Amino acid sequence: MLSLCAALVGVLALAGGASAGFLTPESGGSPNADDIDTLYKIILAVAVIVFVGVEGVLLYSLVKFRARKDAVPAQIRGNTRLEIGWTLGASVVLIVLAVVTFAMLPGIRNPPDSDPDGFPTDEIATVQNASAYQPRPPSGEALNIDVNGQRYAWRYTYPDQDDNVLNDVFSYETLVVPTKTTVTLTIRAQDVAHSWWIPKLGGKFDAVPGHLNFTWFKISEPGTFKGQCAELCGRNHTDMVAKVVAIEPDAFERWLANKRREIDAANAAAQERRAAEAAGPTDADADTPAARETPAEQTPPDEDE
Amino acid sequence: MATANPALVPEITVHSVEPEPRGWVSWITTTDHKRIGILYLVTTFVFFLLGGVEALLMRVQLGAPDNTFLTPATYNALFTLHGTTMIFLFVVPIMAGFGNYFLPLMIGARDMAFPKLNALSYWLLLSGGIVFYVSLFFSPPEAGWTSYAPLSGSVYSPGSGIDAWIFLIHLTGISSLIGAINFYATIANMRAPGMGWGRLPLFVWSLLVYAILLILALPVIAGAVTLLLTDRHFGTGFFDQGQGGDPLLWQHLFWFFGHPEVYIMILPGFGMISEILPVFARKPIFGYKAIAAATVVIAFLALLVWAHHMFSTPSATIVLVFFMVSSFLIAIPTGVKIFNWIATLWRGTVEFKTPLIFSVGFISVFLIGGITGIFLAVFPVDWQLTDTYFVVAHLHYVLVGGSVFAIFAGIYYWYPKITGRMLSESLGKWSFGLMYVGINVTFLIQHSIGLDGMPRRVYEYPDVGNLALYNLISTIGSFMLGLGVVVTAWNVVRSLKKGARSGPDPWKANTLEWFLPSPPPANNFDVIPRVRSVEPMKDIRRQIARQSETPVELGAAEPTPR
Repeated sequence: MLSLCAALVGVLALAGGASAGFLTPESGGSPNADDIDTLYKIILAVAVIVFVGVEGVLLYSLVKFRARKDAVPAQIRGNTRLEIGWTLGASVVLIVLAVVTFAMLPGIRNPPDSDPDGFPTDEIATVQNASAYQPRPPSGEALNIDVNGQRYAWRYTYPDQDDNVLNDVFSYETLVVPTKTTVTLTIRAQDVAHSWWIPKLGGKFDAVPGHLNFTWFKISEPGTFKGQCAELCGRNHTDMVAKVVAIEPDAFERWLANKRREIDAANAAAQERRAAEAAGPTDADADTPAARETPAEQTPPDEDE
Repeated sequence: MATANPALVPEITVHSVEPEPRGWVSWITTTDHKRIGILYLVTTFVFFLLGGVEALLMRVQLGAPDNTFLTPATYNALFTLHGTTMIFLFVVPIMAGFGNYFLPLMIGARDMAFPKLNALSYWLLLSGGIVFYVSLFFSPPEAGWTSYAPLSGSVYSPGSGIDAWIFLIHLTGISSLIGAINFYATIANMRAPGMGWGRLPLFVWSLLVYAILLILALPVIAGAVTLLLTDRHFGTGFFDQGQGGDPLLWQHLFWFFGHPEVYIMILPGFGMISEILPVFARKPIFGYKAIAAATVVIAFLALLVWAHHMFSTPSATIVLVFFMVSSFLIAIPTGVKIFNWIATLWRGTVEFKTPLIFSVGFISVFLIGGITGIFLAVFPVDWQLTDTYFVVAHLHYVLVGGSVFAIFAGIYYWYPKITGRMLSESLGKWSFGLMYVGINVTFLIQHSIGLDGMPRRVYEYPDVGNLALYNLISTIGSFMLGLGVVVTAWNVVRSLKKGARSGPDPWKANTLEWFLPSPPPANNFDVIPRVRSVEPMKDIRRQIARQSETPVELGAAEPTPR
């Protein structure tokens, strides 16, 4: 029993911060990821006890009861008390794990409020993309970003003050978010199923065509968090990467304004071109598909990491 | 039905025996359950080797970061072929192979209930395998063994590979379904006199439950792939959200079949372990009724846990909670089995023959797969682990460490009965050693690969963190595992001619198949012994010993003049 405890302590020590990605899942970006990590470690501790115990008894019985001269096998056919005992024992372990999970569930499932010095979300139209099933912070306010999985990129749509989603700021691949702010995600897919996953910001949430899925994160320090699509979506599934870049709230405000100007300029240019096309004879060069696309969609967002 | 007088050994033949038909035509036209069993075992083992080669190709690709050995299309085709082959063409049908050969022998029957249906089962299985593998020459499927819609729909998978996959599911499904009905009918109606349900060998119990699960689960997948087929070719849109269908419907239907399938693949393995351990511990199985009951309970719960494969899909919390609790529940009867197996070894005299070593290896490695299953059942933790290499590690601990070790234990245990020859013990132990180390080197580190953030089904990964090292370790392990399999394959071929003659009962085992000569004659039993306990061969040996004592004593009293 002593050696069991020692092994347990050893594993728990190993399972400290340094071992993330070896013995424990990645965490450290958002409270829900940290809570999952804690829950994982509790299960790991129980698992190590069960593993060492069962393998130990198995090994002992193999060594102790190996065939030897004069050894007579005991003709035992069973023991009802023992059967009931280990059935109950296994049940108790599982009940404990279930209770711990339920106790920790709200912290993982439900988003908290943003910090007071976070990005102000009270003026943003929260009705955008709203779903009755989307978990919301107690205050009801969060920066809700629409995440759309498409082969082979993620498209992010940022909310603004009006209800028109067509004029919203958007980006691909890199999601820029403010720190100290609760960010809720509405996850959807437009072609095949994908799965949103940034390991340090919590678990996976599948993007399934025809359905909305929800998660959240809240990042305290500026940083970059990488992930990739986790549901097979085709030949380039591997290259469907995602990156979350967290910047200070005021920097985020500037980034958003910049982005808006870019998009407005692109829209204006496109309108101008369409007007020119309608007026004069069509110019073959201007009619290529490449020229019709807006510049904002062409260039990946460039922000300092 | 005649009752055997066990004293009459060797058996008396009461009629003239026709010579066994020979030549390849006799194998194609055979309805003998033993020959069909051999066809099953050999065919599925060939598919096992094919699936293994596919796995090794993938491991070569992943042996180094940013590797360009395989294209993404080839890689996707390989994991689709590998998963589909191992599940539908190896593990499930090889259990049917063992069942075909040994079920009638173990219950004292002369053949299966429906011998012609039995032959049809095999030929449908082979057709399914051929239809599937022919797609290699056209466009192999690339949507994984789960073929999730809409990726498997005609828009995103226009090639015929998915259709080949659908026909494989249909052909092997019908094969398994009629096989399962045959098993059920045979067990229900053709047991030896005296063999009540409480004296059914545990392997037969597991086959009974295997058959019931197949009968319950297969119609669901048959329906699902039919809907997929009409979606692909007739524009029905059952899985297309744009036409009132739902991609999640596919996932629910698939896993409603898919999770029972997991137990379909492992329960007969449990049954083999329950037969082999008592023979080599020279001790009755501990808790016969508990093990049989646990088998039934596992099968029932197996039908109630499917959505734990879908924890990351849009789901209400109550759904997540239900499937977490039901998955927890299934751990209890599984644990009960493991405890009973260890208790069977306890205070026995354990003989370390290859079948026992594989069985003990099974327990020690399957336990790891069981424990990681608990991690995955806790849905918030599953959100981090699902669709990563952690899941790959978990399912291979259960399927390779579990099913494959049980199958190898079964091969070493029953090969003497099938061929009349013993397998080489030293090659067997080498094979076990390589496979045991290979499994753990390959798959233990894959837990860390997943925890480090690498999803499954990716053809390459960047050189960040320790991913390159972890993957290299895993690749090295996979070749050790492959070598271990090859050693047993060589052992099986070599021992056909060179193995020591086994005689009818080399292990002094407990069940009726050992009553017969090795290999057993056509129609098995001339006279069927009456079964008086769960270990009929012990009774028979005891009776023979008692009766053979008499002449010895007589001889001592009146020595024959010489």
